[in-house]
Amino acid sequence: MSAHGGPAAKTERLLNLVLCLLYTRRPLPKSKIREVVPQYRSAASGEAFDRMFERDKDELRELGIPLVTEDVSTVWEDETGYRIDQREYALPEIAFEPDELAVLGLASRTWAHASLAGPAAQALRKLKASGIERDSESLIGIEPRLRTSEPAFDDVKNAVLVRQEISFDYRRAGEGETSRRRVQPWGLASWHGRWYLTGHDLDRDAPRVFRLSRISGTVSRQGQAGAFEVPSDHRPRDMIRTAVGEHEPQRAVLQARHGRGQALRRRAASVTEGAQGWSVLEVKYSDPEAFADEVTGYGADVLVLEPEEVRGAVIRRLEGAAAAHDGEGRA
Amino acid sequence: MSGARGRGAGRVQESATARLARLLTMVPWLVNRQGIDIAEAAAGLGVSEQQLEDDLQLLFMCGYGQMPDELIDAQWEGGRVFVTNADTIARPLRLGVDEALTLMVGLRALAAVPGIGEREAIERALAKLEQATGASAEAAARVDVAIDEGVEAQLLADARRALEQSRRVHLRYLVPSRDEATERDVDPMRVLNLESRWYLEGWCHLAQDTRLFRMDRIERLEVLDEDGTPPPHARHRDLDAGTFVPREDDLVVTLRLLPGATWVSDYYPVDTVEVADDGSQTVRLRTPDTLWLCRLLWRLGGRGIVLEPAVLATEVRDGAEAALAAYQGLGGADAASG
Repeated sequence: MSAHGGPAAKTERLLNLVLCLLYTRRPLPKSKIREVVPQYRSAASGEAFDRMFERDKDELRELGIPLVTEDVSTVWEDETGYRIDQREYALPEIAFEPDELAVLGLASRTWAHASLAGPAAQALRKLKASGIERDSESLIGIEPRLRTSEPAFDDVKNAVLVRQEISFDYRRAGEGETSRRRVQPWGLASWHGRWYLTGHDLDRDAPRVFRLSRISGTVSRQGQAGAFEVPSDHRPRDMIRTAVGEHEPQRAVLQARHGRGQALRRRAASVTEGAQGWSVLEVKYSDPEAFADEVTGYGADVLVLEPEEVRGAVIRRLEGAAAAHDGEGRA
Repeated sequence: MSGARGRGAGRVQESATARLARLLTMVPWLVNRQGIDIAEAAAGLGVSEQQLEDDLQLLFMCGYGQMPDELIDAQWEGGRVFVTNADTIARPLRLGVDEALTLMVGLRALAAVPGIGEREAIERALAKLEQATGASAEAAARVDVAIDEGVEAQLLADARRALEQSRRVHLRYLVPSRDEATERDVDPMRVLNLESRWYLEGWCHLAQDTRLFRMDRIERLEVLDEDGTPPPHARHRDLDAGTFVPREDDLVVTLRLLPGATWVSDYYPVDTVEVADDGSQTVRLRTPDTLWLCRLLWRLGGRGIVLEPAVLATEVRDGAEAALAAYQGLGGADAASG
């Protein structure tokens, strides 16, 4: 027999409880449960048993085990009975075709390097419990992987799933300072490799998008789960796309040295070979700052001719970089 | 005697409820695989053999009552596992919210992959899953993953075809850090999507090593008639550290990152990060070449500063000044048409 304390003894107790509540046809009153489960029988007192049993019930429900209570009163006594309905408990028998199992395997492996790796593997194991699997997912030949390196991911994800209000410290783009935000979380999406939270900002009384990597410290939950409704037409990705910016493409004219600016040449609408070893490229861009970042990276090999907005942004960056390295660099 | 005492130290202790959840999945899996080899079972269940033995030992103690015929029977003598008298938990527990979420989000992300041939299988699997999970499916719909960007369907389809048929490919590949296009033959090993970017991993005959090629930088991919089985010593790249693997003999660089540029330490692998009170960071990183760093530091426009080595700081400054001089030479925007 295992020791009374320790997690192993507790697992044993919980498993015995699950087994007897699944087995019974009629709801079992507490007194009967105490007789059947040995770890309850040996509880020091009736009070100790009551406390233990209450906690165990809650923990089983948290695992998603559908423990129900029913009135089993008799003429002599008011009493509550407990049982677990086999049909509610068990995953329905689903017959998956081999190609379906293959894509499910791939879907599960998507999370293999993220914080949900455990549930992803467990889910697949449940679906494959009664089937004899073949390793056919490797035949698909692609391997998408998600990452959830943002520390806030799990807390935010849980709040989204149960619809519970949260608050957190949030750092705005380009600023070191944080401010406290209170949000009704609506959705979570990975977009261009980054996780975003969408929701209703309670202080600004407006929908907002938050980048998870800018949440610092802990995420605290407030109030009840299911406390608000998510708009039925809410699509996290659409809202992020609008908020983070996917503007109408603009046209820029660049001058690039022959053989340089390869990535820009590839997507240029037109390339005209000019004099003195230069080409003139016409390139579309959507975000002027991001485009200025890209072009600045080519240094003297690629210059912006127009528009002035991008040209100015590139020159500002170059001046900043030159000034910051004037001094230490000369030593 | 419980075997639980001898469990290997050093691992994070599994909670009692987490273990229960695991056992409730393990039992149906084993019940349908009577007589399975214990090592194979442990691998399939994602646990060590010792852990599996401890689990079987625990199961052996449990039942809907305490009479012998009411207890679960778990046997593993002779290296084969049998679990019987476990009818009450012979079906797995329904999928939890997180479990449903991982599969549904994963499937929906796959469905958006350009040119994927398995779209029909994905739709069928999703429909069955939604039916089986009910409320969890509704919650899972609020989590969304986009992995469909930045690759042409044809390119992805060609790469997958080469992989399936073990054929060598010829690539014209852009190396942005050197701003040049290269030609090389590659034996494909897998097609990956990491943080929403697509990569082709393969044995590169030019580098004589395994390389990861970003698919949006492949200018041309030609499936050759030659056999493309990678050499036996070709190893997958370790992707846990990201796609960039520093080497021992790399140059060590120290940077100061001002607020607004601190994303760099999240984005690139760095050895150390010290955060000052004003939110700025001092980071140390290793790199085989400095050109990409110069490009990065120009972009950062002074919010990233090289502390060491001095020669790199000079390189950054000289490059920026040369570019500024080129703009001076243009005069105004009018020079474009001249």
